[in-house]
Amino acid sequence: MVITNIVAASGVRVHEICKSFPVPDAPGTSRLALGGISFSIAAGELVSLVGPSGCGKSTLLRLIAGLDVPDSGELLVGNEKIVGPNAERGLVFQDPNLFPWLTVRRNIEAGLAARGVLREKRSEVDEFMRLVGLEAFANVFPHHLSGGMAQRVALARALINHPKVLLLDEPLGALDAFTRMRMQDEVLRLWENRRTTMLLVTHDIDEAIYMSDRILIMTQAPGRIDHEIDINLARPRDRTSDSFLRFRSEILEHLHFAGKAPVLSA
Amino acid sequence: MQLAVPVASLITFGTHLLIAQKAPPLETHSYMLLFWEILGVSIVLSIAQPFWPALRKWMRHIWPIFTAAILLIGVWDVTTAGLHLLPLPYFPGPAAVLRSLISDRALLLDSTWHSLVLLLSGYTLGVIVGLVSGVCIGWSGSVRYWGMPVLKVVGPIPATAWIPLAMVVAPSSTVSAVGLVALAVWFPVTMLTASGISNTRASYLDVARTLGAGPVYLIFRVAIPAAVPNIFIGLFMGLGASFLTLVVAESVGVKSGLGWYVSWAQGWAEYGKVFAALIIMAAFFSTVMTLLFKLRDRVLVWQKGIIKW
Repeated sequence: MVITNIVAASGVRVHEICKSFPVPDAPGTSRLALGGISFSIAAGELVSLVGPSGCGKSTLLRLIAGLDVPDSGELLVGNEKIVGPNAERGLVFQDPNLFPWLTVRRNIEAGLAARGVLREKRSEVDEFMRLVGLEAFANVFPHHLSGGMAQRVALARALINHPKVLLLDEPLGALDAFTRMRMQDEVLRLWENRRTTMLLVTHDIDEAIYMSDRILIMTQAPGRIDHEIDINLARPRDRTSDSFLRFRSEILEHLHFAGKAPVLSA
Repeated sequence: MQLAVPVASLITFGTHLLIAQKAPPLETHSYMLLFWEILGVSIVLSIAQPFWPALRKWMRHIWPIFTAAILLIGVWDVTTAGLHLLPLPYFPGPAAVLRSLISDRALLLDSTWHSLVLLLSGYTLGVIVGLVSGVCIGWSGSVRYWGMPVLKVVGPIPATAWIPLAMVVAPSSTVSAVGLVALAVWFPVTMLTASGISNTRASYLDVARTLGAGPVYLIFRVAIPAAVPNIFIGLFMGLGASFLTLVVAESVGVKSGLGWYVSWAQGWAEYGKVFAALIIMAAFFSTVMTLLFKLRDRVLVWQKGIIKW
């Protein structure tokens, strides 16, 4: 499948980013969510962020999307500073967040309509419907879709703007295990097709190893990058291969989950 | 089963004939004619329904309630014209009401037309102003700060309580009635629209922003569509309030319309006409309400299957 008008991907540079939030119970105090986090992603790279919940992964994604402003530090996409949300940086959440009042087709069109370019680029809608395999559901409202189909629509809606960077916040987190593995292949196919830079936040270590070029492991309170692991395996990857499992135990060790589970006292 | 309506109309008709014999001679020709017609049509439908599945389905649905309605008219006839259980002239029998309905049809039609014009202009005005103020209060923090107290203080006053003031301020009684209906509609529409807009899921707005949306898109293509279910609740509440305000405003100030007709007929102790006007009001208001339901079903077709209407 050939999609016209591929925009070159851009790298992302995160430099010494700090972000704190006020503590609701104790006015005047604040909690440091991100404490001087730094990393960079090359153009066209697929990088995963793995870490315990509450370590600031989603906060970081919102900052890169431009939905929040950091307290200090610098965020660059290509050579440009991030100042606010922009169609160049697409964002897909765990909840597909499809607009329930629009059909599948009109949801995908929303990506173009929001920028006011629907008239010129309407022809691309069909291509993206085909890209995610939802031609038959064009006129269906979102609540009739399964979780996997809804997330494919959300991906198409974000991709139709040809973002230079696609930010994925646990996009497959709400899906069952089998749908999830199928959707991992689907996202990989879209990534290879679009060659967009992707930053994937996930709880699922297997998913991170299966998909990414590189995994960033974050620590909690305040969030920092603890380790960086290059996954130098050829795609498509075998989830049961020895090298895959070696990466798995390495990551578990970094997250302090390796070895036998501790005996819970009664 | 199919004969329920013919049987019921025969019962009601028969009791009416019994009553008419001993009662003082009333002109009930049109009432009898009505029952001949109901009897004839229902028998024709009962004969036709085995050959017409759609008709059979409709009849199965409508027949029980229709039968009950006809029997209820019979009960009404017995308690009023038959046994004089309810005092005259306040409670005329169905035949007398039907006679008033027919004899005064020109004035009733004219009154209905005037009510319709007043209702539509007042309701439309109230909805437009309510939508604009609701969207502004719901979207902008500063408008909310200044507007919400006004809404909370002024809104709960029943629109009818403004009548003395409205009659002084407005150049004509029609203008004051339109204004009062609009005021009655404005409050619920504003309130529900504002709460719908301000409760738009933040993630819908976030998604739209990362798709490159500006404020116009966010308001008109995200917040307002998301608020439409709420807005319709406001429209329904406003419609109910507008009926009430319309009838009161007409009977007090405007010298036309169904509200005026009722109090005028009451003044002449013509209770047959009062009941006739009530019947017209019931048909008129429930038709308007049904039209709003139909509009809602069209606009909110995307909700089908999510919630039960």
